[in-house]
Amino acid sequence: MATQRTRARRASVLGIAGAVCAVLLAACGGGSSGGDASPSPSLDPSADLSKQSIVVSNWDAYMDPDVALKFTDTTKANITVAKHATNEEIVGKLTAGGDPGIDVAFVSGQYAQALNEAGLLEPIDPRLVPNMANLYPESKNLSFDPGSTFSVPYAWGTTGICYREDLMAAAPTSWNDLLNPAPEYEKKTLMLATQPWLNLPAAKALGFSANTTDEGELEQIKQQLLKTKPTLLGFDDVTFYSRLAAGEVVMAVAWDGWCNYSGDPNVKFVVPSEGADLWADTMVVLKSSKNKEAAMAYINFMIGDEMQSWMTNNILYKSPNKTIAEKAAAELGADFPNIAMTPADLAKGESLIDLGAASKIYQQIATEVQAS
Amino acid sequence: MGVAPLWVLYVFLYVPIAVVIVMSFNASDNPFLWSGFSLEWYPALLQDADIMGGLRTTLIVASGTTVISVILGTLLALALERYFPSRFLDAAAAAPAVMPDIMLAIGLLAFYTLVNFTLGAFSVILAHSVFGIAFVAAVVRVRLAGMDSSLEEASRDLGASSLKTFWSVTLPGIRPAIIAGALLAFTLSLDEFTVAFFTASPADPTLPIVIYSSVRFGVTPQVNALATLLLLVSFIAVLLIQRTSRLGDSLRRREARP
Amino acid sequence: MTSRTSAGVRRHGDGPLLRALSSVPALVYLLVLMVIPLGLVIAYAFLTSGRFGGVQGPATLDNITRLFQPLYLEVLASSVVNAGLATFIAFLIGFPAALAITRLSLSWQTVALIAVVMPFWTNFLIRTYAWILLLNREGILSDGLALIGLGPIEVLYTREAVILGLTYAYIPLMVLPIYASLQRLDPMLLEAACNLGAGPWRRFRTILLPLTMPGIITGCLFVFIPSLGNFVIPELLGGGNSQMIGNLIRDQFLKSRDWPFGSALSLLVLALLVIIVMLQASAARRSRKWGA
Repeated sequence: MATQRTRARRASVLGIAGAVCAVLLAACGGGSSGGDASPSPSLDPSADLSKQSIVVSNWDAYMDPDVALKFTDTTKANITVAKHATNEEIVGKLTAGGDPGIDVAFVSGQYAQALNEAGLLEPIDPRLVPNMANLYPESKNLSFDPGSTFSVPYAWGTTGICYREDLMAAAPTSWNDLLNPAPEYEKKTLMLATQPWLNLPAAKALGFSANTTDEGELEQIKQQLLKTKPTLLGFDDVTFYSRLAAGEVVMAVAWDGWCNYSGDPNVKFVVPSEGADLWADTMVVLKSSKNKEAAMAYINFMIGDEMQSWMTNNILYKSPNKTIAEKAAAELGADFPNIAMTPADLAKGESLIDLGAASKIYQQIATEVQAS
Repeated sequence: MGVAPLWVLYVFLYVPIAVVIVMSFNASDNPFLWSGFSLEWYPALLQDADIMGGLRTTLIVASGTTVISVILGTLLALALERYFPSRFLDAAAAAPAVMPDIMLAIGLLAFYTLVNFTLGAFSVILAHSVFGIAFVAAVVRVRLAGMDSSLEEASRDLGASSLKTFWSVTLPGIRPAIIAGALLAFTLSLDEFTVAFFTASPADPTLPIVIYSSVRFGVTPQVNALATLLLLVSFIAVLLIQRTSRLGDSLRRREARP
Repeated sequence: MTSRTSAGVRRHGDGPLLRALSSVPALVYLLVLMVIPLGLVIAYAFLTSGRFGGVQGPATLDNITRLFQPLYLEVLASSVVNAGLATFIAFLIGFPAALAITRLSLSWQTVALIAVVMPFWTNFLIRTYAWILLLNREGILSDGLALIGLGPIEVLYTREAVILGLTYAYIPLMVLPIYASLQRLDPMLLEAACNLGAGPWRRFRTILLPLTMPGIITGCLFVFIPSLGNFVIPELLGGGNSQMIGNLIRDQFLKSRDWPFGSALSLLVLALLVIIVMLQASAARRSRKWGA
């Protein structure tokens, strides 16, 4: 019927109008990102924390399961723990605009730098985080945040090769042992899937910086990775240590503590001769937080002796807390050599920074390598 | 041919499920090594506040989504089949099911930010209902299309108002499709990850979000135990529904007898 | 507004209230919660990426032109192939299974259908991980096959594993619509054909297939569309060895922090899928006209 068709046409026009409105909204209302760059009023060290409540987002099983209880006991502030699976996810949520509902986030250092340059982070107030005095000075002076002005390190370490000592003729000593493996090790190796750790072995083997943005160097890195790919079993960020324990792979690129998780004494860790990176997982306070004093108190609590002791004993990463690190090196260093590494050892690694616009190029390389 | 192809399907569907169930009894933490039988993960699971909270939130979200999707989806199906046939509206109604879910997810988050909408279970319900409506509408439309409209015409000829016709003639006719649509909307919402991830509040995640962030070390027996329990619960729920519907049927039959 | 019934009797037109009631709520809902968000994302595709994610001016067509680089078209093509194969295999297994279900007694049919859907009520991620255990080189299937001499298999981290995973994930969505279509089929048609001497293949080709086509097409769409956009399965079962468009889009938003390009890629996928669905809609209308 004519009336029906008119109605339908009217509805279609309405739909298109709606879409146009949306486009205009997007253009004017602006998309996202860009927090408020103005400095917030100074924080009050004598604020009553029992009236404050924070939400903390961290990787699963990265903190004491009782942290909420212990924190509330110590400071009287309330806390809810949220989880995220990757740096990219949490950064995506935080930069999407608006109030993400998170007060403290655990992110790797280079992401903290990115968040800060986007104006989303509250500067760390040393009055509220006195435990920072117990941290190694080196840990507070990493290239992504010299002076720890917006981030506080929770754990730090390096990347290297985890390998099965008993299944290999000789221990690997160079990144090339994994990038161009002996024929008997083909399809028995894994690399990390996330940038910049995807590029890292190739970059170091070729003598380049892990943070390079030089087009020529990146092209060479890509070519090496393309050459290596057919020899790999795959790219894996998550299950590589269980596969090492099962004997399915003999070498895997890994963050240092992970080699310890397999529980197999035959799994060893080595930092290849060409050097590796220095990464740190840090805590940051969001500018959008309405409970900044409690947030700072939380960070203070997490770098304190009790929580750092839990971290290094359970996650088997190195602690930036001097007292705890020395104790752990003495107690666990024999079983877990990565914990015995000193800040001087770590300083040989290249600290990772945010690559800004170059992260797109890094991701493009990852896409090309994985799609090949 | 008989029912052999059905068994092929079931074997295909349930072998991985069997793996999940068996691995939930693995004494070792390593998903790749079996080291003995253990029941320890089940009690640990029930005490895990994160997982229980995620489960609660997911059930709330799925139920809310189903209610909204069924009501609006059925109405939409009616409109498109009977009153406003239009290829454009067809596309609009199908769009949520056709869009890459990350597109919907990001778009909704951007929209929520623009209107300053607080994130929480409700923001996820609204988000899930977007594709819930599309699926329910699709299912109900199929049924409406196949339905003979002469019954409705007859009802109106006999003087019933449009509303009464809808309630007493159309609605019972499409009831199976509505139930199928409701089931579909509930199932899709229950296991949906991407849209929920972007539109949920970080302090109140749904179960898929909790599980996704719990597999930092691969899938532990504890997570498999969760899946096994979910399966058991759904199985029991279905049995109960079967029992009550059969009871309802026999009661109705008794009433209908003169 | 009045209309005439076939008997020529005048009756009052359908209440305009009912008409409005039936369409307005859903359309308003979709307008606000789908069209506007979609519009935002579409708008993003024409903007520039902010340094740390998000978008900013100026408007540009760069993202659209970037879509046509061979790398991205290859990933799209590869994804279409994977999704297509998954759909085809799902049909091969799903159609006979749906047919078998319709041959059961009514109460068993409900049970059978629920049994098809129940795996969906565990978690998607967990089921996918189970496939890792099955397909591993040292995994269950491998060991099992080794026992009967078919040797260890290396299926995990290959394209085949991804297709298998996709088929597995969405096959219930193939079975349900086909079952619904088969159910409305008059069994007398098949009986008549049988009596006239038509063999099973002929019956399938000339009766079953055409009359259940709407259900088949719906089932295919229900499998193809989510397969195309899936990113979990290529990541877990593909081991990063194959890139699908779903991963690519997600990586743009999360890893590259390049929202405009991610939106542009999403638009590409959306355009492809819209074309497919519109083709399906006009095919469905045509088949309805011919009384299917």
